[in-house]
Amino acid sequence: MVGREVGVSMTSTGTEASAAGWDEARLSEQFDATIAKDQRIEPRDWMPDGYRRTLIRQIAQHAHSEIIGMQPEGDWITRAPSLRRKAILFAKVQDEAGHGLYLYSAAETLGADRAELTDALIEGRQKYSSIFNYPTPTFADVGVIGWFVDGAAICNQVPLCRCSYGPYARAMVRVCKEESFHQRQGYELLLTMMRGTDGQRAMVQDAVDRWWWPSLMMFGPPDDDSPNSARSMAWKIKRHSNDELRQRFVDMTVPQAEKLGVTLPDPELSWNEERGHHDFGTPDWSELQRVISGDGPRNAERVSRRRAAHEEGAWVREAATAHAAKQAARTKKSEGAAA
Amino acid sequence: MTQDWPLYEVFVRGKRGLNHVHVGSLHAADDAMALTHARDLYTRRNEGVSIWVVRSEHIAASTRDEKDPFFAPSADKVYRHPTFYDIPDDVPHI
Ligand SMILES: [Fe+2]
Ligand SMILES: [Fe+2]
Repeated sequence: MVGREVGVSMTSTGTEASAAGWDEARLSEQFDATIAKDQRIEPRDWMPDGYRRTLIRQIAQHAHSEIIGMQPEGDWITRAPSLRRKAILFAKVQDEAGHGLYLYSAAETLGADRAELTDALIEGRQKYSSIFNYPTPTFADVGVIGWFVDGAAICNQVPLCRCSYGPYARAMVRVCKEESFHQRQGYELLLTMMRGTDGQRAMVQDAVDRWWWPSLMMFGPPDDDSPNSARSMAWKIKRHSNDELRQRFVDMTVPQAEKLGVTLPDPELSWNEERGHHDFGTPDWSELQRVISGDGPRNAERVSRRRAAHEEGAWVREAATAHAAKQAARTKKSEGAAA
Repeated sequence: MTQDWPLYEVFVRGKRGLNHVHVGSLHAADDAMALTHARDLYTRRNEGVSIWVVRSEHIAASTRDEKDPFFAPSADKVYRHPTFYDIPDDVPHI
């Protein structure tokens, strides 16, 4: 992470300002005031190191999740049951690549280096969402991922559109516009299967059973076990607690499950009139810990595939660089001749 | 660690009649590739009718700093604003 000075994206101001001998306390006051007024912090503004580090970590992790998230569904592109489903799935997976790139771009405005971020992912130094470490054995998984996983992503990402860091917030606005298509195509796919055969209905229920709890875990550990949350909330990076967002997701999904005709696999799930929310059971947090620490059903495969894609693409990157250099030299030469 | 392609900033004109607006950045080996990447990344749903890309290193930018007098000249010239002038209420269309 270097303060490389490149145009509007990169920044070196944090260090630049202090190097100029400006009073750190005053800069910090200014920063706090901007946050208090609910204004956005922009790349060239002074910001506390902790704020920068927290954002780089979160945005990188978010970007990695989008990129790794292409794999579980991408597996079905060549085996989609119709041209319509194939085209939809293709567009959806392409969007996820786009989301990853918007986010890497936002991380770079904080001084992160793209190649370094890629290395951190394939060397296992940075994490991605635990949800993508589960397998997708049937086509119903594609539908349930759209419905649950993109649905949960929407709950997480909508408040991030108001995040205090400008480039992250703007990337989220773009992402959220696209997410709605993802959720709807998934739900429609499941509706279609539910109108099909008994076998197809069973397939949908089975996928729901497998994805429900991991989807609830996407919101992170419970609030009393989420040490960095308070600081992120104070910085207005985070606007709602993990448990609040989880509750929102459950309340949103229950009526959708009823309409679809599937059962969510939680015997404790019931409407609580008093709270005005659904009560629900406790996810197996030890499972989340296991998957996060690398021991989920597909962790090794996801990372090694990302590494292979990166390494197998090396010659393309090199060839394009060589081509660009050659073209540039040719242009220079012909300009020289003309002069 | 491998060296990345250079960083480009991307500007998109949403529709005719609007300015180009900065939408983000991307890496590309050269200008032509930057344009096609920008199209694929930032205009998958008719978000634009025209794209500019420019190497990030070619952008010069002001710094936002409270102590920086860069924007100060515009702060103390109230007479540049129409509200500075007192005109009687009964003068029409002004
Ligand atoms: Fe996404
Ligand atoms: Fe998505």
